[in-house]
Amino acid sequence: MNDFQIKKAAKVYDVAIVGSGAGGGMAAYTLSKAGANVVLLEAGGYYDPKDPKYITQLKWPYESPRRGAGTTRPFGDFDAAWGGWEIEGEPYTSKPGTEFHWFRSRMLGGRTNHWGRISLRFGPDDFKRKSLTGIGEDWPIGYDDVSPYYDRVDKLIGVFGSKENIRNEPDGIFLPPPRPRLHELMLKKAAKGLNIPVIPSRLSILTKPINEERGQCFYCAQCGRACQVYADFSSSSVLVIPALKTGKVTLINNAMVREVTTDQNTGKASGVSYVDTVSMKEMSVQAKVVVLAASACESARLLLNSKSQRFPNGLANSSNVIGKYLNDSTGASRGAFVPALMDRKRYNEDGVGGMHVFTPWWLDNSKLDFPRGYHIEYWGGMGMPAYGFGWGIEGLNGKIPGRDGKPKPAGGYGASLKDDFRRFYGAYVGMAGRGEPVPLESNYCEIDPNTVDKYGIPVLRFHYKWSDYEVKQAKHMQDTFEEIIHSMGGIALGNKPTAENNYGLEAPGKIIHEVGTVRMGSDPKTSALNKFQQAHDVKNLFVVDAGAFPSQGDKNVTWTILACSMRTSEYITDQVKQNNL
Amino acid sequence: MKRRETLKTITLSSLGLAGLNPQVAEADKLMLPDEPVKVPGGRQKFEAIRDAKLKLDKFFTPHELQTVTILADIIIPADSKSGSASQAGVPAFIEFMMKDQPRMQTPMRGGLRWLDNQCTKRYGKPFALCPKTQQIEMVDMIAYPEQAKPEVSQGVAFFNMMRGFVATGFFTSKMGIEDIGYKGNTPNNWEGVPEDVLKQYGLSYDG
Ligand SMILES: Cc1cc2nc3c(=O)[nH]c(=O)nc-3n(C[C@H](O)[C@H](O)[C@H](O)COP(=O)(O)OP(=O)(O)OC[C@H]3O[C@@H](n4cnc5c(N)ncnc54)[C@H](O)[C@@H]3O)c2cc1C
Ligand code: SF4
Repeated sequence: MNDFQIKKAAKVYDVAIVGSGAGGGMAAYTLSKAGANVVLLEAGGYYDPKDPKYITQLKWPYESPRRGAGTTRPFGDFDAAWGGWEIEGEPYTSKPGTEFHWFRSRMLGGRTNHWGRISLRFGPDDFKRKSLTGIGEDWPIGYDDVSPYYDRVDKLIGVFGSKENIRNEPDGIFLPPPRPRLHELMLKKAAKGLNIPVIPSRLSILTKPINEERGQCFYCAQCGRACQVYADFSSSSVLVIPALKTGKVTLINNAMVREVTTDQNTGKASGVSYVDTVSMKEMSVQAKVVVLAASACESARLLLNSKSQRFPNGLANSSNVIGKYLNDSTGASRGAFVPALMDRKRYNEDGVGGMHVFTPWWLDNSKLDFPRGYHIEYWGGMGMPAYGFGWGIEGLNGKIPGRDGKPKPAGGYGASLKDDFRRFYGAYVGMAGRGEPVPLESNYCEIDPNTVDKYGIPVLRFHYKWSDYEVKQAKHMQDTFEEIIHSMGGIALGNKPTAENNYGLEAPGKIIHEVGTVRMGSDPKTSALNKFQQAHDVKNLFVVDAGAFPSQGDKNVTWTILACSMRTSEYITDQVKQNNL
Repeated sequence: MKRRETLKTITLSSLGLAGLNPQVAEADKLMLPDEPVKVPGGRQKFEAIRDAKLKLDKFFTPHELQTVTILADIIIPADSKSGSASQAGVPAFIEFMMKDQPRMQTPMRGGLRWLDNQCTKRYGKPFALCPKTQQIEMVDMIAYPEQAKPEVSQGVAFFNMMRGFVATGFFTSKMGIEDIGYKGNTPNNWEGVPEDVLKQYGLSYDG
């Protein structure tokens, strides 16, 4: 049999969507509900959080021989991510002296099965950074364009939070937030004294039921394992599976899309070609509209690899901008020990899968030496013991007097050490800043001229360096963390990061909020997509992941991916009706 | 194709992580019996095959395992509240981790050798064969990083690693979780910090 003969399906779908994560799931949902015949191509396998085949929720650490260690899954044995920083047979490279880490999940729902569920709207300023500060880029749209879609995403998917009336931290349509845990109340009190706001977090978790299909949160703190009663947002359970029920969606799993195909006469997209990763056969589907949602970097890769006579630069790339302006959130963190929390009374304080409070950006950058803000995420409490429990206690127990009030030497063993573990349990807190970088043309991904993956698809090569802006922001984070820790009477753990290690600034990509690689804009010379995330050069081609975003705010990006994907999907329906595509 | 070969092809091509990281590649060298591997709920197939292979392999020699067991019970002994590390299955967990993350093998095996060598020099016998008082004397030399003599620094590093493994192994076991008093991992309704605890810390939900 000849594997290289491309199998072409005879059917022409209304829309082909590549990728089933946040962007693709929302597009499949919105377009199928509007009556379109959709083919959804997903490189990974089928996944449903409620199928016992896949469930890891409510398992105990001792049900894993490695007690949950992250040997084959970066966030641990029970995490609902198939894939990780590296995937066998699917390499990526980086230019010497630069670094980028790329997290990919290969499964229905992509990275939304295990994401942190932090669901923040961008604020009005986040769309207009260039106008406000002279650096970076404006979006071709503003908060008012997106806000009706944020409202509808809030209602469709559900998010808890509180009305705060903070101008650049817009309120949504919120379910009730869970009450703070003990350490969160202490953090809040400590931060208040420093004029740092701590408000209820905003997570897409159902603290109240919103429909028949989905259950209510039962507070197991394990959203990272994906919720079997569908009480948290995963694209698989909340968007794709309901979309399949319309009967309008043909889902093809294990379909690794290679290229967007084009009609060389009209210059329009005609469908996609893909490799069936199980049979290794070359396949293709035809569609009147192509929507890319393979995640920011992967969508850029697809376009750059879709070269033809008519599009020698890659598809939709007459601007030459595709791959450029790649940017990820900044991140830095610090842990602490809080003596006041020693010898705690035990009770179940699992709560939801994530923090119950957070700190939105609260300062005015015009008074600081860096141009963009960050928010702070918190953790701590009496969580389920996991792999890593108790390591490094020798760095701490010499600083804490024993029950008799007398100092003890660090380290040790035996009954007194065993007692330390009990005394210290639940007395750790931690905090992490997640900030906005300035997007730069010099941070990019491109096609590696020398390397292909196991399907023969040319892979991405990254070139990414932080600028001074981000390093200064990380310094500010570290100073803030120490202030908060000291103000709550805590002992900061480890050494304070310094200039030598960029103040603990995580390597690019590590925060997993990549955006910007197929950016939208009003000028076709400096952007690939128009304000509806439609390719300037190819009118029936759209990108609905974060590749389209010129910048990323000091917010996590996924709620904006969802809102913008819904907006673009409705635009597609409208344009089809008007015969414009 | 025989099943054994089929499995091999499956792990290497479509499912395995050979070449991805040395931890994972290592498992591919082992052979499975001819029964199909059952994939437990929540595992990917390649993970189930890998785990099954690791369980077939052995890392510690009986002497090493004996030494690990003695050390584990020195680090976490039984007391009035719960049993000892070995009663909680810690040595078997450490054995598994050595195979699961082979980069730990040299620090562990080498550390055990270091310990035996020190004991032989001092007491004429490897650690496991020394009387309890000598074992404790030896452990005292390496268990307190800030007091230990520079000439035993490798022993301190080894003992720190051992302490970490034993603590994780114990407190992630059923016995250890009961001991530490973790109350969650069960459906419930979070209504906030209990009233008496709020009071104890002088906190409230109104402020
Ligand atoms: C641990 C973690 C925590 C996170 N926490 C948060 C958070 O709290 N808040 C937040 O806003 N964001 C968070 N994120 C980021 C969030 O997961 C992503 O922003 C979001 O999932 C991106 O959606 P997407 O649709 O662009 O891509 P993905 O969710 O990555 O989905 C892309 C899909 O496309 C498929 N695909 C890729 N290439 C191809 C191809 N060639 N052919 C076919 N299919 C393909 C993939 O298999 C995948 O299923 C987190 C991420 C991680 C990993
Ligand atoms: S915390 Fe709630 S929403 Fe998250 S997995 Fe547990 S029950 Fe589901």
